[in-house]
Amino acid sequence: MRLSAYISGIGVLGPGLHNWPHAAAVLSGRQAYLAAPTVLPTPAMLPPAERRRTGRVVKLALAVALEATASADADPTLLPSVFSASGSDGHICHEICQALALPAREVSPTRFSNSVHNVAAGYWSIATGSMTESNVLCAFDASFIAGLLDALTQVVVDRQSVLLVAYDSEYPAPLHAKRPIPDALGVAMVLTPERNATSMARIDLQLTDEPCDNMPDPQLEALRGAIPAARSLPLLRLLAIGAPGRAILDYLDVSRAAVQIEPCR
Amino acid sequence: MKSLLLAKFTATSCIGLGVAPTLTALVEQRSGLKRCEFETVKIDTHIGEVPAVDAQRLPKDLQIFNCRNNRLAELAVQQDGFLDAVQAAAARWGRRRVGVFLGTSTAGIMQTELAYRARDAVSGALPPDFEYGTTQNSFSVADYLRQRCRLEGPAMVVSSACASSAKVFGSARRMIEAGLIDAALVGGTDSLCLTTLYGFHSLQLSSPAPCRPFDAARDGISIGEAAAFALLERVPENLDPDAVLLYGVGESSDAYHMSAPHPEGLGAKRAMQAALTAASMEPGDIDYINLHGTGTPSNDRSESQAVTSIFGPTTPCSSTKGATGHTLGAAGALEAVISALAIQNGLMPGGVHTTRIDPNLTAHYIKENRRAPLKRVLSNSFGFGGTNCSLIFGRAG
Repeated sequence: MRLSAYISGIGVLGPGLHNWPHAAAVLSGRQAYLAAPTVLPTPAMLPPAERRRTGRVVKLALAVALEATASADADPTLLPSVFSASGSDGHICHEICQALALPAREVSPTRFSNSVHNVAAGYWSIATGSMTESNVLCAFDASFIAGLLDALTQVVVDRQSVLLVAYDSEYPAPLHAKRPIPDALGVAMVLTPERNATSMARIDLQLTDEPCDNMPDPQLEALRGAIPAARSLPLLRLLAIGAPGRAILDYLDVSRAAVQIEPCR
Repeated sequence: MKSLLLAKFTATSCIGLGVAPTLTALVEQRSGLKRCEFETVKIDTHIGEVPAVDAQRLPKDLQIFNCRNNRLAELAVQQDGFLDAVQAAAARWGRRRVGVFLGTSTAGIMQTELAYRARDAVSGALPPDFEYGTTQNSFSVADYLRQRCRLEGPAMVVSSACASSAKVFGSARRMIEAGLIDAALVGGTDSLCLTTLYGFHSLQLSSPAPCRPFDAARDGISIGEAAAFALLERVPENLDPDAVLLYGVGESSDAYHMSAPHPEGLGAKRAMQAALTAASMEPGDIDYINLHGTGTPSNDRSESQAVTSIFGPTTPCSSTKGATGHTLGAAGALEAVISALAIQNGLMPGGVHTTRIDPNLTAHYIKENRRAPLKRVLSNSFGFGGTNCSLIFGRAG
């Protein structure tokens, strides 16, 4: 079975990458890349009580998921989703571990509930009212391709459209020294089995032994190496250029993913 | 969906190392829960601990993975000839053609908890020997087993709280059906840690007593630890009628609350219905339901409503968490193995510790073991974030 789908919606947010139209201008070379801290919007789609409780990973994942579903003109309540991240909320993890190292060991109940790896998927479901299935993955630095593979198998095996959300955020000190993710970056895509009015390109994926592609821009190449979700950048660059092409994305120590892109317009 | 064969399976929890002692404990209705004396924890609760984890060692070349979670995984794969079965699958299909899909909720977080106690007094830095990626990171258990078994297929962890290791069956079946792999090592591992013991305590969701699912006086969970694994393959032409197959996977989300289930169990209902649809089965085809049955007032209430709304009040069901504790991200895989044992041995395990069944819960909860041929069993796993997964297993013949 060919691992193939149409990319029918996209969302991007990261350091110096404000949204997909802006990222596309930067990645295609039409606009210079200006490094800047990621600005995360407050998720207006959540009820106020939930909004107050959301940390950076939730804000990030919801922002790119919303951009992707809006650009796909897709109803989130009908879309199964795959959330893939190399870690959960690093700030909550730090606060819990810090509390547990003190004699009183007072763990906040809300922090504990929000410490789960599927926190963003949970809030996405609450925010959209979507009761569809949501898979929540982690493959450390390989999390983007792990998510893309799982999403593509849903498209080709079950012939259904899927929302893929890959996102990573930083740990504060002292964990930051052990896991130095510099900032938050997320990529979301709506993958559909058939071409539709919003389809940008067809994607075909194969696992390969070939070495992975680098980004021509040194700053973007540094980003690709520093944030697991940014391993998607060579693929996003092809989409931004809008010409047919092939990119090799880094995956596991033993394999890479070759993606072939055929633009729809 | 296309059915899959459980070519091999194993489970390790507080009721036993491997399937034989697990089955014996179920037959004897023996619980492995005991008063919590774990590490430095001071909480009045009961836990399901696997004492052999402490003495377990990892192979020399994989010491970087050393943490309680991976030691538990190592202990578990040594039971029932599971490692040999994985190696045979790798030899038969090729290392690139065997995937690794495991569930965990907290992985090796305890390693980080310990490191935070040993921070540098001046700089606040974590100890130099603390390894993040191979212990705390959720992927560590899948990475450990793929390196341990020298598997080179797609690998990942599903971490959706207490539904994690049920949902891996869904990912594996898609990968196999898509033709990307020929076999999958699936399952899950979650181990005791302070985060979950103090976290559930802070939410007032853990019971001081051994948990009593579906009891009128139930007052919370008992946290346990477990590792359970299965080797999934396509159904071969010549099939032993006693073999156990995965017939259906159904998943859903509650869209309701991060730590409370939907009050009417709508998400749970949707997952069970999806599993029946995937298996092309009717509710009447299910002989026994292994419930999520955590023993909190709200979880059991919403699950009972969901079960009754689909199956009515007569399908026998029970929770095995009174025996094993709630093993969180490993519960789906552990209860998948218990479901397989139930099918192979014609045993519906009665729920232990439950004395007076809550009259408000209409599902047909059984306290005593029942012996009867079982063709099809449904197993439920639900988690924080409103994530739900139901699996249907059954006899091949």
